[in-house]
Amino acid sequence: MSGTAQQAAEFTGGPPEEPARGGVWGGVRRAALLFAARREATVLVVDLLLVIYFWRAAPDFLTGDNVANITWTLAPLAIIAIGEVLLLVCGELDLSVGFVLGFSGYLLHYLIDFYHVPPVAAVVLCLVMGAAVGFCNGFITVTLGVPSFITTLGTGYIIFGIMLVTSHAYPATIPESAKGVGNWLGGWTWAEIIWTVVLVAIFQVVLSRTRWGLHTVATGGNILGASEAGISIAKIKYGNFMITGVMGALTGLMVTFQTNSIDPSNGSYQPMFYAIAGAVIGGTALAGGSGTIIGAFLGTLMLAILQDGFNLIGISANPLPIIFGGAILVAMIANVQLARLRRAGRAR
Amino acid sequence: MTTPTPDPTTPTPRAPDGGGSPDGGGGGDVLRAEHVSKRFGAVTALTDINLHLARGEVLALLGDNGAGKSTLIKIICGFQPPDTGRILLNGHQVAFKTVDQARAAGIDVVYQDLALIDELTVYHNMFLKRELVRWPLLSNRAMRKAARARLDEMGIGLTSVDAEVARLSGGQRQAIAIARAIYSDAKVLLLDEPLAAMGAKEAALILDLIKDLKTRGDVSIIVIAHNYGQVLEIADRVNLLQHGEITFDKPARNTSVQELNDIVIAEYRAAMEARQRAG
Repeated sequence: MSGTAQQAAEFTGGPPEEPARGGVWGGVRRAALLFAARREATVLVVDLLLVIYFWRAAPDFLTGDNVANITWTLAPLAIIAIGEVLLLVCGELDLSVGFVLGFSGYLLHYLIDFYHVPPVAAVVLCLVMGAAVGFCNGFITVTLGVPSFITTLGTGYIIFGIMLVTSHAYPATIPESAKGVGNWLGGWTWAEIIWTVVLVAIFQVVLSRTRWGLHTVATGGNILGASEAGISIAKIKYGNFMITGVMGALTGLMVTFQTNSIDPSNGSYQPMFYAIAGAVIGGTALAGGSGTIIGAFLGTLMLAILQDGFNLIGISANPLPIIFGGAILVAMIANVQLARLRRAGRAR
Repeated sequence: MTTPTPDPTTPTPRAPDGGGSPDGGGGGDVLRAEHVSKRFGAVTALTDINLHLARGEVLALLGDNGAGKSTLIKIICGFQPPDTGRILLNGHQVAFKTVDQARAAGIDVVYQDLALIDELTVYHNMFLKRELVRWPLLSNRAMRKAARARLDEMGIGLTSVDAEVARLSGGQRQAIAIARAIYSDAKVLLLDEPLAAMGAKEAALILDLIKDLKTRGDVSIIVIAHNYGQVLEIADRVNLLQHGEITFDKPARNTSVQELNDIVIAEYRAAMEARQRAG
């Protein structure tokens, strides 16, 4: 391009590249800078410091039983956070997922004990229920144009109500025939954390390395731009609502089998709020366009460690909400400030 | 569309002569809009649009704010359908239902808001919605390499295609948006206010970019602009859109900034007189 060639030099732009440094130390420095620039790295360091602190304060902290305890707190939050991150990144939110969690265990009980559905099929139908709730959330939000905050507030209460009406607010017993499949879903001590790690890994790849993830980021980053580029906004949002619903239903089954009970108190806003808090701590922006599943995993891990550690060292659980609230605020302030620095080209 | 149309995704045969005069001879038109109208509720955006674009031609589409320029662009590129009228591409009627269909047929658009995603890298933006994929994963390496090659070829010297678009200047963003459209092998390129809010240096680069595309002759371009001086530098022909109709159609060499200004000033005066009469 002859015409533009003269101006190309003036036009050269973009971020300044890190000056090349030779030797091992240069490589180490670059790797350290790259690591430090990642939001997840900060959360990981905080997690590790918390582990060291609680381990020093209570040597039982790292025993197998206690680590299992932490994973049982972590797993439901981290799995729900997967869906919430996808939704937050594309500019939406799901408040109903905690109630999908609660209803899922009851639905399994109804299907097996009242309708004699085989356990594996009942599990699949529970997941389909989660997807159906997600579809309804998508329909009301995307097609009917109601903000997702209101949509999912409404659907959450409806599901909660259905659970209370159908169960008469009484706990139920896990169907005997479901216990085999239950071992895979949470009955076995480490089943939940294995599911969690696998799902976090899969969905991190989905978010950062697939078209679905790229279009999710594009939708949340610039909805008009994404739409003009030809991305189907409705498909992305419907899909992410449905994924979140399925995550809620799966988590409900896991909690059911891990606690060996079907209880109406399983359904509440709490797991959803903790999941969103973990996502925010892990670097997900509420305004959409950015976030990582791994960050959310590390954020929810921080909450699980804090909850368990406080309990173990005998400190009252009462100040926990203050710490959680503080962590959310610090994370959000860091998010906003880092975004400003990024715009100014001084950090990644 | 009022008549049955062929599948818009099937490649359309080229016009027989493939040339077309810059003054808009009918046979060589790569694109024609005939009697196109569009309403949004009570508001009539386009009344009766008749427009033609010859192969390799740069057509400047001028008009006041709200004259319907962006609506016309959005209809041509498949973002929204017209209420009546038809669009012909290489002599064949088309009815695009999506931007993707129009793009597949060779019509691409660079919107005023650029449709870039700040949070994504330059190369992801360049390949948005036509990503290179080794299923199920994105081929980031291939996209990075191809984006780098395309930007270098176009003389857009970005330091890194890994940069987030949010960190680029207005001119760089515009250049990337144009590069993205060209990358899709567009035969008809629609540029909506490509020089808006741009400094003289960056505007010069974009004008050069358009001139180079014109020299190649394989892309026909419609440019929407407000700055008549800049547009007359690159345009072969000028259309003025007023009240949803094209009221002025002249070769660029036969008009001037003064003439265009006079028309627009006359329009303002008429509007003011109408207000005074009504008030």
